[in-house]
Amino acid sequence: MRADPAEFRLVSPGDLQVVLSLLASEPTEWLPIAGGTDLMVLYSAGKLPNRKLVNIWNIPELRQIEVFPDTIRIGAACTYTALRGHDDVSREFPLLAAAASWTGGIANQNRGTLGGNIANASPAADSLPALLVYDAEVTLISVRGNRRVAYRDFHQGYKQTALAADELIRDISLPRRFSGYVSHARKVGARNAQAISKVCLAALGIIANGAIRDARLALGSVAPIPLRLHETERSLAGKKIEPSLIGTVRQSVEREIRPIDDIRSTARYRAAVAANLVVEFLEKLATERTRA
Amino acid sequence: MNPSPGTGTKCQILFTVNGEARKVLAHPMERLLDVLRNDLALKGTKEGCGEGECGSCSVLLDGMLVNSCLVPVVQATGASIVTIEGMSAQALMIPLQEAFLECGGTQCGICTPGMILAAVHLLEKTPEPAPADIREGLAGNLCRCTGYQQIFEAVAMAARRMVRK
Repeated sequence: MRADPAEFRLVSPGDLQVVLSLLASEPTEWLPIAGGTDLMVLYSAGKLPNRKLVNIWNIPELRQIEVFPDTIRIGAACTYTALRGHDDVSREFPLLAAAASWTGGIANQNRGTLGGNIANASPAADSLPALLVYDAEVTLISVRGNRRVAYRDFHQGYKQTALAADELIRDISLPRRFSGYVSHARKVGARNAQAISKVCLAALGIIANGAIRDARLALGSVAPIPLRLHETERSLAGKKIEPSLIGTVRQSVEREIRPIDDIRSTARYRAAVAANLVVEFLEKLATERTRA
Repeated sequence: MNPSPGTGTKCQILFTVNGEARKVLAHPMERLLDVLRNDLALKGTKEGCGEGECGSCSVLLDGMLVNSCLVPVVQATGASIVTIEGMSAQALMIPLQEAFLECGGTQCGICTPGMILAAVHLLEKTPEPAPADIREGLAGNLCRCTGYQQIFEAVAMAARRMVRK
């Protein structure tokens, strides 16, 4: 059943403080809308739970990317196009730029936002594994003030987040300390554009004295939330990348993930692919090391 | 920018469509697609899936390719919109139109307005696209007739002809 626009309010104050006051006045009533690539789909299908929406697409401070000596701060309403087109983001955070490049198609990248991807909290979201391995931090803002939450603590369960009803995601900060890492991003899906991932990987690694000094692995679509593979990472630390390691890594990945069967894939396929992607990353890490 | 309308209240929206200043009275959550087709009678913008997956309803909003089915009209306030009807005024249109005809890039025609707008958006940013650029630039636009190859060839041909000029 198509939604009737007459049943909805959409206000457009164009001012962050006014938006926050609205959210505070009736916290569960108002839903912020930026590029609409998720919410307008729900709306058209008659599945949008709220009747009151507030436009945040035209709030300038949510659209900035600021570069500081230690961090890059990305406004929550920055689009995938803005992320892909930003030199520092592309150079220092290639996993995020790659994820942005295969989210939707060009039209959706022009409207879809990083903050929206976080708030929508899909376990299949392409950009979220990158935020996990880069130790991203989100700033949440409300009339009560600001608070910063490590992104790893933000997603608490399937489509559940730490965001309070009166809060808005203001920005996402990425620490600038991963440029020396080898990075590997992969999406496995029916096609890159316009298809939701069956499995996606964001991985970072660095080798010292012939052994893995640090490996950071995160997968999408293999658990109720985007998943960091802490146990597998620990099992890799200090190890040389050699054939005997590969078998144990496969087992570790399959132990750590919790994939399901759904319309896009099966749990069994996802487990096999997840392990393959991590092995592919280790092979790349070994090769880059040889070349260096 | 816009007063707070209550439920059921339409608001006046001013924007530029194909170079002309236009004024419509619409509910703020109305889809830009519906306002273009129903209020402004610009039927060249097609509805395919209605959920941002197919690109049939592509228009340029302040120069950015967007799916007009996913834009609440109030977000287009003050914007400049180009639909397929406005393309005839663009220099790129003649070579694109000719190339689509010569290469067989159009069959049933439902995807064509979106394909043309996606191609224009690509060629304005990347006048000499590699095949991979063309595939990526049109990846959000689905076609159920041609099998795509003819469309990719048409865009490549139009680009070559434009660059030669």
